[in-house]
Amino acid sequence: MDELDKLRAALRDAPAPNEAKKQATLREVEENFASLQGSGPAARPTETSPERAGFLKGLGQMFTKPNLKPMMLATSSLVIIGVGVVLVTEQPAPSTMQPAPVAEEIAMEPPASPPVADLELDDDATGRLMSRSSEAKRIPLDAAPASEPASVARQPAPQGSVESNQPVANSGAFRDRLPQPQIAQSRDQFPDATPNPLKVTSEEPVSTFSIDVDTASYSWVRSSLSRGQMPDPQSVRVEEMVNYFPYAYPAPDGDVPFRPTVTLSETPWNPDTQLMHIAIQGAQVTERPPLNLVFLLDTSGSMQDASKLPLLVQSFRLMLGQLRPEDEVAIVTYAGSAGTVLEPTKATERNKIEDALRRLSAGGSTAGGEGLRAAYALADEMRRDGEVSRVLLATDGDFNVGMQSDAELKGFVADKRKSGTHLSVLGFGRGNVNDALMQTLAQNGNGQAAYIDTLAEAQKMLVDQLSGAMFTIAQDVKIQIEFNPATVAEYRLIGYETRALRREDFNNDRVDAGEIGAGHTVTALYEVTPVGSPAVLTDPLRFGAGAEAGNTTDLAFLRLRYKEPGASDSKLLEQVVSTQIAETGTEAGFATAIAGFGQLLRGNTALGEWGYADAITLANANKGDDHFGYRAEAVQLMRLAQSLSGG
Amino acid sequence: MRPTITMRMKTSDEALAQAASDGDSEAFGLLARRHYDRLFRLSWRLTGHKADAEDLTHDILAALPAKLRSFRSDARFTTWLYRVTLNAATDRARKAQRRRAAREGWGQDYTRRAAEAADAAQAQDWLTTAMRALPAELRETVALTLGEDLTQAQAAEVMGLSEGTIAWRMSEVKRHLREMATEEAG
Repeated sequence: MDELDKLRAALRDAPAPNEAKKQATLREVEENFASLQGSGPAARPTETSPERAGFLKGLGQMFTKPNLKPMMLATSSLVIIGVGVVLVTEQPAPSTMQPAPVAEEIAMEPPASPPVADLELDDDATGRLMSRSSEAKRIPLDAAPASEPASVARQPAPQGSVESNQPVANSGAFRDRLPQPQIAQSRDQFPDATPNPLKVTSEEPVSTFSIDVDTASYSWVRSSLSRGQMPDPQSVRVEEMVNYFPYAYPAPDGDVPFRPTVTLSETPWNPDTQLMHIAIQGAQVTERPPLNLVFLLDTSGSMQDASKLPLLVQSFRLMLGQLRPEDEVAIVTYAGSAGTVLEPTKATERNKIEDALRRLSAGGSTAGGEGLRAAYALADEMRRDGEVSRVLLATDGDFNVGMQSDAELKGFVADKRKSGTHLSVLGFGRGNVNDALMQTLAQNGNGQAAYIDTLAEAQKMLVDQLSGAMFTIAQDVKIQIEFNPATVAEYRLIGYETRALRREDFNNDRVDAGEIGAGHTVTALYEVTPVGSPAVLTDPLRFGAGAEAGNTTDLAFLRLRYKEPGASDSKLLEQVVSTQIAETGTEAGFATAIAGFGQLLRGNTALGEWGYADAITLANANKGDDHFGYRAEAVQLMRLAQSLSGG
Repeated sequence: MRPTITMRMKTSDEALAQAASDGDSEAFGLLARRHYDRLFRLSWRLTGHKADAEDLTHDILAALPAKLRSFRSDARFTTWLYRVTLNAATDRARKAQRRRAAREGWGQDYTRRAAEAADAAQAQDWLTTAMRALPAELRETVALTLGEDLTQAQAAEVMGLSEGTIAWRMSEVKRHLREMATEEAG
């Protein structure tokens, strides 16, 4: 080997920074920065300690300043400093700040007292879930500090808990417990989606959404619970949890790529409503076209963790066994600058591919945009007629170099989708995951977004369900339900918040929607309240049209649009759903248990008294064959959530 | 409207640096978080010691608020940061040497370094020897080109040199390494 290459390899093999030291340094320099700006003192949450007495002066100074902007700037530095200090006061012994180990300890503590998450939810009159991720979106720009300066300055949690309409007394009540260090330090980002609201049939009889075959949310929830933490409610997408599991729904016959089945059953959490269960079973492919895969791997410095690059390499090695001789693989990495690590190589040259995977090492920043362009260029090069090309992006975070905005990336990926190369996204690791961007990319690239937290998950995604993940059998699948106002008073779509479509988009073939892969199953659940049921929550309008008399045997009308892969015109399937209540089968029963579980994790109040114990009973009763043990694992997670939430 | 943290996740380094130098502490925090790992690794490549690298990273970040005022947004932030790091590493080495000189007198530094070298972990041995064999300016060049994967043009920009100088330095590095290899063999 060339001496220079040897030196390069040795230099690349830089050790990972010590996390505790890193956090301590970052905190210190941020504090340092703030004090240089003359606004640091305000961050101190306790004013009793003698060393901190001087800070009161700073606090006073800050609020006598007429300009609000520096104050708002200061509140953002409250976060980090505030956390550090409160930890110290809770652990009086050490005089030096040792935030990382303390943070760990607190994170592991089972919340015996009412968990903070619940308090936040109860406080929120609008029913919207509080964001507990590190986004400050909801902090009103000027209202809070101006009207309640003292409480804000002491309030150590920055994450949107300072809503202007929130009673100050409440924020004071749990102020001391509020800092949740693992949250304050996490940079994981989730889209802000409020649960679908209840709809009144007479006002809005039509509900339209795109199917979602992503599974990332479930793995994320699993990873959180396994670490002894309740997941951030924002990270829970009920439909992704339900669709994580394969179901044995009636298979399609004939030419159609999939078969929808709709059943109506009792709602386990409300005897006065019913659940409408829409099940779609995709056809299995027996003969698949050759596959061109471009792995686009994030090898930036942050990928060094065992749960990231090493897991990624293992995962892809698992997948190699599933490839056929005619398939081709190429590898592009991005870190600082993008580079092709493996030119297009036949799957038969397994050693060569494995060698390239083994040589990967992490270092540098993240030049995602450049990498994406390079990967698509390779995919274009590999494509021949009748072959399927897909870019598999593996990353732990966001793209911060190159293409700047989400919109730009989205446009680029959507553009490439039209040229026939699809994109799937695999997320790895914790602490930096940009879930919103992963979703956006996969949705626009006609692919799946999955979160790989264990080798078992890689096995599920890349081995057991490889054909589903790689071969699309129907594109842009949209579902539209029209409820019959004569039979349904109210309805609520469970999950699919990030997949809502406008009514007119259903017939617009240019509007993108979800894909169904070979053998995939997709499940959607509506909770419907029949006309005349005691569970109806809204009063009829005094001046509106009363419940229409007429057809009382039909519950709803299902319309389903999809495109054959590569086609530009959609096909329409229609089906009438009757009001006949059926016995819940094993498959629908399990899906319901998971939907209930997901809603519990989101803190949905519509479930009433129904809790984790009920979800466990329901899931256990409907485990079915469970060849791969996925359902048994789900029950374990429910039990963990039950203990962690103290319910 | 002031950008939220989420929006800022994709804000360019240059814009963040500008905001930080205008006193925006959130921008500064994001910038520090974003670049900590990169700084640490370059520091490690320059010093060869994990603890030294951590201290150096700390010092650079601590001095950054003042330094940011000299940052002009027409330059790339990473280029500028590399330059700051190289200077900080040189300063630190110089100071360490002065301290040692003051404490132990002239001439003892080499024995001390030899003792340190013996302590170095086995796994790092080749790298440590190789890096020690290089004069300081070649070490810096190597850290940037081989370690950080900068092109010769980018490294030249960071160090304020011509591309030709970097190319020449790399050939010098090769020569040194070859000599080292022959010594080992012989």
